[in-house]
Amino acid sequence: MSALAILDDDEPPPLLRASAVTIAYGPRIGCRDVSFDLWPGEVLGIVGESGSGKTSLLGALSARLAPAAGRVLYRLRDGTIEDIYVLSEPRRRLLLRSDWGVVQQNPRDGLRLGVSAGANIGEPLMAIGARNYAAIRREAAEWLERVEIPADRIDDPPSTFSGGMQQRLQIARNLVTKPRLVFMDEPTGGLDVSVQARLLDLIRGLVADLGLAAVIVTHDLAVARLLAHRLMVMQGGRVVETGLTDQVLDDPQHPYTQLLVASILQV
Amino acid sequence: MTEPLAGYNFAYLDEQTKRMIRRSILKAVAIPGYQVPFGSREMPLPYGWGTGGIQVTASIIGRTDVLKVIDQGADDTTNAISIRRFFARTAGVATTERTAEATIVQTRHRIPETPLAEGQIIVYQVPIPEPLRWLEPREAETRIMHALSEYGGMYVDFYEDIAIHGRIATSYDYPVLVNDRYLMRPSPIPKFDNPKMDMNPALQLFGAGREKRIYAVPPFTKVKSLDFEDHPFAIESWDEACALCGSRESYLDEVITDDRGTRMFVCSDTEYCRDRGART
Repeated sequence: MSALAILDDDEPPPLLRASAVTIAYGPRIGCRDVSFDLWPGEVLGIVGESGSGKTSLLGALSARLAPAAGRVLYRLRDGTIEDIYVLSEPRRRLLLRSDWGVVQQNPRDGLRLGVSAGANIGEPLMAIGARNYAAIRREAAEWLERVEIPADRIDDPPSTFSGGMQQRLQIARNLVTKPRLVFMDEPTGGLDVSVQARLLDLIRGLVADLGLAAVIVTHDLAVARLLAHRLMVMQGGRVVETGLTDQVLDDPQHPYTQLLVASILQV
Repeated sequence: MTEPLAGYNFAYLDEQTKRMIRRSILKAVAIPGYQVPFGSREMPLPYGWGTGGIQVTASIIGRTDVLKVIDQGADDTTNAISIRRFFARTAGVATTERTAEATIVQTRHRIPETPLAEGQIIVYQVPIPEPLRWLEPREAETRIMHALSEYGGMYVDFYEDIAIHGRIATSYDYPVLVNDRYLMRPSPIPKFDNPKMDMNPALQLFGAGREKRIYAVPPFTKVKSLDFEDHPFAIESWDEACALCGSRESYLDEVITDDRGTRMFVCSDTEYCRDRGART
């Protein structure tokens, strides 16, 4: 069966389709039977407590963790639809470099700490073939400005940056290649509340400006409320509830979602 | 030609080992710039002193070969003398200091100023063969990067140099692309010598003993130094001429001559310098 055959002909194809994705770590299950569609420009939030399978699922979606069962289909720029785990390795790596961004929870995992901020933003450009120093530097300076890092920090290594700046730098590094889809794992984890607010504002602005599709994993319902159009609630490796963000948060149906919403601290 | 040392096989290594190394060399020549693993042997000199180069030379040398060995361009430094004497004793071959007379030149850190000719072989001693190693510590990953020509990360280093120094500051072991395909470390030769590798009529072999890798650039193969479009590759230049022979074309070493900071610039290639001195 070709990848196309399972999609309906009469509606525009989604950007990403997960069908019955299951991840197993030996006998233990990371997530079971997860299916959903992601449309261009849409932000999908995956929420749930620690150990609910959010990060496992994100790994499977972003071609970093092969699922035990199920398929992940992606619509390439030329319109063809491919199973990302059937795609040859060179094409999959090219896809990761040019079409996708992955923002890690810990910015130190997603940055090259030994080289300057400018080089961190320039590296993905050089990886897809940029060979003009002046153009790379111009682009790096432009992106620093967009993520609100002072231009005079361009030659400083990210190890001298604050946590919030490092996270913003990581976002710039992921968006500089103009990806169509960005995966974010707890993008605001470990940051204090005022820094979180600014970062959320920034991400929301960038996602809207660039028309990005995004999958954002978070345990923080406030983050989900601000960023996501649609929510998927996970518990014990299963999706227990899906729906529009406001609908899920204001009128939770599943007992676990009700518990999750009820346990937000009110100040 | 003298008789080889009794009790040793010709050129020290046993014939099965030479056979194994020759197979690796053949593969390396067939895939220019690709690092071929080989079963590196313990040699009677320490790692870092040319165990890779010496094994390659031992595998290709024959009774009628004439060997030249240089270290930093000089024929008369410890490493060069020791390796030359090693082959004179274990293989009984003729040795020379004249590049034009040699059939095999083993070198550390330089390519002779005298152009190499068709039929000659130059053997480089290589400490670290993997150009991507500083970028990616995992061997399995660097092999994939080579297989898929993912070399963009190499430019990060150049970017940093230009941002800090205003120019690409790498001055030796300057990475090259061989035959438009494989990224290669030319061993720690100055970048001054990089252009000599391009379309060179001689066969260039590289041996890394500790890292157990052999690679090669066949005669008349394109070798391009990496650079940015707006910061093209350039070799070193000097304000002075050689204090001994007056050359302005050769690679100069800066030599400090007393404890008050007096210095002179002389050719690093001793044979070339002596030749010119004799002519003028």
